[in-house]
Amino acid sequence: MPDPIISFRHFSFQYRAQKQPTLHDINLDIYPGQRVLIAGPSGSGKSTLASCINGLVPFSYPGECKGTLMVDGVEAPKAGIFELSRHVGTVLQDPDGQFIGLTVAEDIAFALENDCVPQKEMHEITQRVAGMVGVESHLDYAPHELSGGQKQRVSLAGVMVDQVRILLFDEPLANLDPATGKQAIELIDEIQQKSDTTVLIIEHRLEDVLWRNVDRIVLINEGRILADLCPNDLLSSPLLAQNGIREPLYVTALRYAGVEITPKMRPEHVDSLSLSEADRQKVRDWYSACPPAQKQENRPVLLEVQNLNFGYTSDKLNLQDISFQIRKGEMLAIVGRNGAGKSTLSKLICGFETPNSGSILLDGRDIGTDSIRERASRIGYVMQNPNQMISKTMIFDEVALGLSRSGLSKEEIREKVEETLKICGLYPFRNWPISALSFGQKKRVTIASVLVMGPDVIILDEPTAGQDFRHYTDILEFLRGLNEQGVTVIMITHDMHLMLEYTPRALVFSDTRLIADQSAASVLCDPELVEKAALKETSLFTLANRCGITPPESFVERFIEHDREVRDHGSQHGA
Amino acid sequence: MAASTVLNYLPRKSVVHELTGTSKLAFFLLFTFASMITYDTRVLIILMLSSFAIFKISNIRIREVRFMMTFMLVFLFLNNLFIFLFNPDQGTEIYGTRTVLFHLFWRYDVTAEQMFYMLNISLKYFVALPVAILFIAATNPSEFAASLNKIGVSYRIGYAVSIALRYIPDIQRDFHNISQAQQARGVELGKKEKLLNRLKNSVSILMPLIMSSLARIDTISNAMELRGFGKNQKKRTWYMQRPFRRNDWLAIAFGAALLVMSLVITFWDGNRFFNPFV
Repeated sequence: MPDPIISFRHFSFQYRAQKQPTLHDINLDIYPGQRVLIAGPSGSGKSTLASCINGLVPFSYPGECKGTLMVDGVEAPKAGIFELSRHVGTVLQDPDGQFIGLTVAEDIAFALENDCVPQKEMHEITQRVAGMVGVESHLDYAPHELSGGQKQRVSLAGVMVDQVRILLFDEPLANLDPATGKQAIELIDEIQQKSDTTVLIIEHRLEDVLWRNVDRIVLINEGRILADLCPNDLLSSPLLAQNGIREPLYVTALRYAGVEITPKMRPEHVDSLSLSEADRQKVRDWYSACPPAQKQENRPVLLEVQNLNFGYTSDKLNLQDISFQIRKGEMLAIVGRNGAGKSTLSKLICGFETPNSGSILLDGRDIGTDSIRERASRIGYVMQNPNQMISKTMIFDEVALGLSRSGLSKEEIREKVEETLKICGLYPFRNWPISALSFGQKKRVTIASVLVMGPDVIILDEPTAGQDFRHYTDILEFLRGLNEQGVTVIMITHDMHLMLEYTPRALVFSDTRLIADQSAASVLCDPELVEKAALKETSLFTLANRCGITPPESFVERFIEHDREVRDHGSQHGA
Repeated sequence: MAASTVLNYLPRKSVVHELTGTSKLAFFLLFTFASMITYDTRVLIILMLSSFAIFKISNIRIREVRFMMTFMLVFLFLNNLFIFLFNPDQGTEIYGTRTVLFHLFWRYDVTAEQMFYMLNISLKYFVALPVAILFIAATNPSEFAASLNKIGVSYRIGYAVSIALRYIPDIQRDFHNISQAQQARGVELGKKEKLLNRLKNSVSILMPLIMSSLARIDTISNAMELRGFGKNQKKRTWYMQRPFRRNDWLAIAFGAALLVMSLVITFWDGNRFFNPFV
């Protein structure tokens, strides 16, 4: 075996502002040419581990290192960011935020410029690397003309110009839709093979990364390495579920069916998985043992959209001929590619924009002439990024903000706010500054601040973006609780798990039109819809086909129901 | 929905666009200096004609920069108005004669000298304005950073300008989204609200805008550092920098010639003002 390219020896790290070390006694060797997935829940220390390798720790985020860390022959804690950037190329999480140049070409060449590479050579390298990641025809594009996936390709090209031997991806899937995420994993795989680099991927979305082979998965929690196994071994163990990482759905389904998973079955991909006839029978038995789902009774229509047309400019329509009904107490997902018109629809419903034609009815009344404020008392809107909504320093004030002009007395406001805080589980924190809260708690504050106005419907834009399994579950269980109390919940999302597990119904948008309005499970089992909405087929669909269960969507529905029961009884998925 | 800024780079095919940023900057400085030192009407007219000619060959239409134009014309009007209000006899002090055209009220006479003086002031605007607008509209921002660096300004400053331009549209978009979400929570920003309250309410947009911009800055500075920005103290090469061509030398020579002409004609008779009244 060759010498390791990255080697941690009894390595610990403590941020200057923290009382406890974030990493404890890490021992880890990574060999040249390996593909390693580093998985762990938020706050487990996986990002800190990555930052130690590229030098952001301790040079940008100071703290104390103990033990040794060798990266491609240099002692990382002593080398400096610039020295390490010759060896390690880092692609950060946010493809937009890390786009530095005014055009694609300049962004790719940024590192070369800093290295004082002569211009002619710089142009040649940029051309060549742009070709490798497939953006050579977009060299003079500005960042806002690119899709998220293209921006990520540019970021990757930007670190490859240095001929680094290690590529580090920090949550590469967090900001991408499932289809683009799949392409990103394919690209990483392809680049790794072409350039023979060592690839490290930090990610908690295990199933999506496993779309292509990885050699090892390093599982981290609470600053320690819990497992360092090949995917087949790790998936056969219960470690993932115990540490708040979502297992691939087909693995969970097999466990529910009582199939014992062994490394020999090669569970790393749903396609490589080998199932004996006995295993398949177990799955079929489990499927037929579950009672069919009871249909929801028909409740009155709350929100109705009729023949809606809208364009931001007069020459192009962003939404065409949209009609649908939403019943009281529903929980549904709006899905589709970026730019398909999902966010535009929510802006029209909230009154931020005015439709060209068509109408929006609430409880049968046309709300076309109502102002934003008037609508806000019935329809709440929660933005994706809580930091973009929070404008007060104290939790109580933030939640009370929307009531300040309602004409209620101070006492009434206090009562309402406290009641809302109780519903949202924030009452104990009511006198805390918001800055002391975690991302997930802030999200709750923004939901509370909308909820306090007593809306019948709340629309949430990407409620789960960038959150690990535990926070995801927290927020969605909370929303489900609200939904059970009668609030209608509409979620704009790319998250397929969310669709499967929480929203019985999905509206699919594609290219300005509403192309499907059906159950979420059947959307994810329809290859054509999956493709148009930039989603990914669920692995449960594949599993159902392999076990000969038809129709596959009812297998998916059974799975969801069972999963729901298991979770309600609080076992299996630890959280 | 693409956010447009007040004055931005307008890519075009033209002789002016093809000059390097450095020569445009040099010409801009020479030209502005030439127009600043003189009040000589003859020189100003020559400079103004050159300025208009350059604008013409840049293929940028006035319509595209009308916001900046209007803004400057309003400013010019105010400037003239205040000169007249504060000192209606400035022209007489300069030119030594007093030819009253007609009387307005109180101490305000309209004199030919004052009018001529204000005409010169206006001419200066028309000299400097097209060239200044062109300098921004016809210089690729990344090349601008490169050209500042070339004349000895630290590349960090040049790059700060580039980055600002890169993020202005993003921050505008953030602002738009935040303000809509705040309005949905009953924060009134429209005309219905009293001015004081509107100001107070706009804080509720600024707070989140500042917080999200700070988060952006954190990401971008990490991304820049990870790719070696600031590795070398003084030097850096530029993807967008272009080699000096014949036209660049010609442009600089032309700028220098105008400056020399302006200096010579202005100081020939020891006076910055051309006096038609004696």
